[in-house]
Amino acid sequence: MSAPAAAPETMFRTEGLTKVYDSGLTKVHALAGVDLELYGGELSVLLGPSGSGKSTLLNILGGLDHASAGHVWFRDLELTGLGDRGLTRYRRDHVGFVFQFYNLVASLTARENVQLVTDVARDPMSPDEALEQVGLGSRMDHFPAEMSGGEQQRVAIARAIAKRPEVLLCDEPTGALDSKTGVQVLEALRDINERLGTTTAVITHNAEIRRMAHRVIWFRDGHIERIETNAERIAPADIHW
Amino acid sequence: MNALDKKLLRDFRRLWAQALAIALVLACGVAILMTTFGMYGALEDTRAAYYERNRFADVFAAANRAPDSILSEIRAIPGVRQAEARVVKHVILNVPGRLETVTGQMISLPETGAPLLNRPVLRSGRLPDPAATGEVAVNAPFAEANGLRPGDSFTANMGGRKRVLTLTGTLLSPEFIYTIGPGAMMPDAETFGILFVPARVADAAFDMQGAFNDVTLKLDPRAPEAQVIDRLDILLDPYGGTGAHGRDSQTSHSFVDAEIEQLRSTAIILPPIFFGITAFLVGMVIGRIIALERAEIGLLKAIGYSDVEICVHYLMLAGLVAVVGTLLGWAVGTWLSGALARLYAQFFDFPYLIYRVAYDAYAISGLLALASAALGAARSALHAARLAPATAMSPPAPPRFSRGLLDRALSRLRLSQPVMMILRSLMRWPVRSGLTTLGLSLAVAVLVASSFFSDALDTILDKAFYQSNRQDAMLLFSPGLRDDALQDVTNLPGVLMAEGQQFQPATLRHGHLEKDTALEARPPGADLSRIVDAAGHVIDAPPGAILLSERLAAHLEARPGDVVAIEFPDGRDEIHHLPVAGLVTQYVGLGAYVDSTTLDRLKRQSPRITAANLLIDDAALPQLHAVLKDTPELSGLVMLTRMRRSFEDTIRRNVTTMTTVYISIAMLITVGVAYNGARIQLSERARELASLRILGFTRGEVSFVLIGETMLLALLAQPLGWALGGVIASALARGSASDLYSVPLVLEPAGFARASLVVLAASLGAALLVRRRLDRLDLVAVMKTRE
Repeated sequence: MSAPAAAPETMFRTEGLTKVYDSGLTKVHALAGVDLELYGGELSVLLGPSGSGKSTLLNILGGLDHASAGHVWFRDLELTGLGDRGLTRYRRDHVGFVFQFYNLVASLTARENVQLVTDVARDPMSPDEALEQVGLGSRMDHFPAEMSGGEQQRVAIARAIAKRPEVLLCDEPTGALDSKTGVQVLEALRDINERLGTTTAVITHNAEIRRMAHRVIWFRDGHIERIETNAERIAPADIHW
Repeated sequence: MNALDKKLLRDFRRLWAQALAIALVLACGVAILMTTFGMYGALEDTRAAYYERNRFADVFAAANRAPDSILSEIRAIPGVRQAEARVVKHVILNVPGRLETVTGQMISLPETGAPLLNRPVLRSGRLPDPAATGEVAVNAPFAEANGLRPGDSFTANMGGRKRVLTLTGTLLSPEFIYTIGPGAMMPDAETFGILFVPARVADAAFDMQGAFNDVTLKLDPRAPEAQVIDRLDILLDPYGGTGAHGRDSQTSHSFVDAEIEQLRSTAIILPPIFFGITAFLVGMVIGRIIALERAEIGLLKAIGYSDVEICVHYLMLAGLVAVVGTLLGWAVGTWLSGALARLYAQFFDFPYLIYRVAYDAYAISGLLALASAALGAARSALHAARLAPATAMSPPAPPRFSRGLLDRALSRLRLSQPVMMILRSLMRWPVRSGLTTLGLSLAVAVLVASSFFSDALDTILDKAFYQSNRQDAMLLFSPGLRDDALQDVTNLPGVLMAEGQQFQPATLRHGHLEKDTALEARPPGADLSRIVDAAGHVIDAPPGAILLSERLAAHLEARPGDVVAIEFPDGRDEIHHLPVAGLVTQYVGLGAYVDSTTLDRLKRQSPRITAANLLIDDAALPQLHAVLKDTPELSGLVMLTRMRRSFEDTIRRNVTTMTTVYISIAMLITVGVAYNGARIQLSERARELASLRILGFTRGEVSFVLIGETMLLALLAQPLGWALGGVIASALARGSASDLYSVPLVLEPAGFARASLVVLAASLGAALLVRRRLDRLDLVAVMKTRE
């Protein structure tokens, strides 16, 4: 359980990243000038109270949302300079997402939900392989309604990794799960991170989860409050909440 | 198959009931468009090909007796390519086994055998031998209706001479696609036939050696028809020319024209209603699905699906509905076209029907179906495409209910909470409520418009047969008899009462406008055939004045008090002027009425009749017919009792079919609109309604909210539907008007009531279907579902 190799590649870099939600009457600064770097192969955990800007940052990094000001680079590609078409291309080729509420398509089986991604990705693994990776080899033909929450979230992870993304962005992946199934999901995430070297960012409210990360980024009021580097990481199995 | 397509197919399967409801509405539009458009093409193509192949003439003219020598002058008129003279006469027939007197139109065949123009198509046997004296060919429907086959014989009273004619063959002619006897309102193949005899037979029977009384012309393609007609009139004038005319005044041609025009107007007016409703329903359903799948759309975008792919995904869902609707529509349309073609075969005598599988009808109806579904889905699909992925994955903001003025007023009424829920929902989604109301009102409108047709026919029937023409039979005499012949008519067996009448072809002019029609004259106080004015009063044409039917007056732009010029085609070149004394409502024909003394004076003739109207003792019918069959002066016989009956039978049969079809259509529309509306409401309000149940409301109270809204919209749709129905009916009435007949705009309260009852009942049925789902709602599951 070591830190990533020396002089790691910078995967994401942000400069003065700002996001303002303007509801007419009030302006909410969801991000107020964030400077951050995320490194290749790193597993980072983003912590902070609700409304502190974690999800907004993740959405912008993932190309789901536009920044109001500032810059974001994915490697040498400036995301803040891309239009909708460019962002779609970027998401399709580079990013995997995992959400709190799984967001599986109810009318598709586990395999078909993964196939949604493999249909459009450039060099995907097979849906079966992706599901094997998250330990769902035996549940491939089940519909979401026939699976537990943990299983559904693992389908979502399989779907996210099937395209062999460089980055995996997870917004509260265990938020809807109990401790035991949450640990299974975290194990799947760590496993992917270690075996495939996928840069992984995990948003969570659960401070315990920070102990499995390489780095922990604390948010408050749209700013980065502090960044911690874990000298020692623990296994998901040792996390309890 | 890729995963998104699998989702598409599963979504479609899940939505089958709603999709089917929409597809059925769409199918109606497709079927009607395909049938009317297809038949329109079929009739037009068939007629054009028939005319072309059988050299249907361009100009027609009749005279009393013109010498053959004049024919070369006619052929020399610039623009005339061919001219063919013949003898055309009315004859009385005695067909074995038929009690009634049968009348026929006899046409002479040229010495060479087959005519050059209006060439008949042999259906069986052969044409009469030009040298034979006792041979005849008849139109096939007449032979069929009377069980005549080549080799059979019947007697014809030709100009007072009885001849036995032997049938050599049956045929069809482009001149008689629609074969209607003089004075008749409907074709009756049993009692009216077309006889083709060799010229020498006709010449001998009617003393027409070296002469003719009818000529038909074929013109060069770009010849000026009006000028040819003028020249021809001048040439025939000295020989009793009755006025040449083009195809537009040829009876058969104009009837087929009227039918083609009616198909065209139906094709234009009705299908858009169905396509519009489909677009609305598809928009409503896809809009709701997109609202429900908001998070999934966000996810698809997060994965990397492009806006276009998402837009296309939802458009394809609409496309599937269109495909099902189109296939159903094509199936029904194909069947309906066949049925209509069979119906046309009953009324129109074509040797063949060019109903080439009208690929364009299939293609156009299919494309319009796809376009209307796509148009309906477009707004929602574009909205889905434009959803920002981050926004899409967060739950939508709850609808904003605000307290407007109307709302405050409602609060004052102290309505129950369920009633408030219904009313607030209507105000919250005014566009959707408005469109649902519009959809239901179109169902009402379709029914109102359909009942209009049967009510209009009742009015026409009542006006024509029970108010104006109350006689049992009408005897026609051509050229006409002195009016003391009426006494002889009265003495015929079984005749209880006889009244004389005169029909004289004439050209009426007012300013630069003119119209060829027949002037009708009767003595004042005629009781069997009467003139009825717009208010329903029986009136007589005052001496020295003329009454015009409203449509004829409109043609001439003549109003009461105006003076119209009248010219008879009798070669005298006299123009008479009569003031218009009043207007008469008349739906069949373009009538012009004068007093018989006035007509005799204008024609400078002793009192004459060309028709006798009879009241008959039914018991003496056989004796009457026996005498009539031997009456050479008779040129035609209209048995009005028989005509009335067959007219009523035909109408009743068609009206029953039409009413059934339209009620089904209206129910499909209603169920399509009301069922989808209620399903969407249920989907949007499941949590609300489940909450009410948890709070202790009974099933009935909760379903009141659901059914109440549907029924309130259905009620609101009624007045709008009545108004729209009136508009559609008047468009249909206008579209059906021709020189031959017009359809009055008759809207009876019963028609409105029936339309409302059907639509309200169907709405209730649709809402109750959805209520069953409400009853099965799993309260706990619904409350747990993330909105």
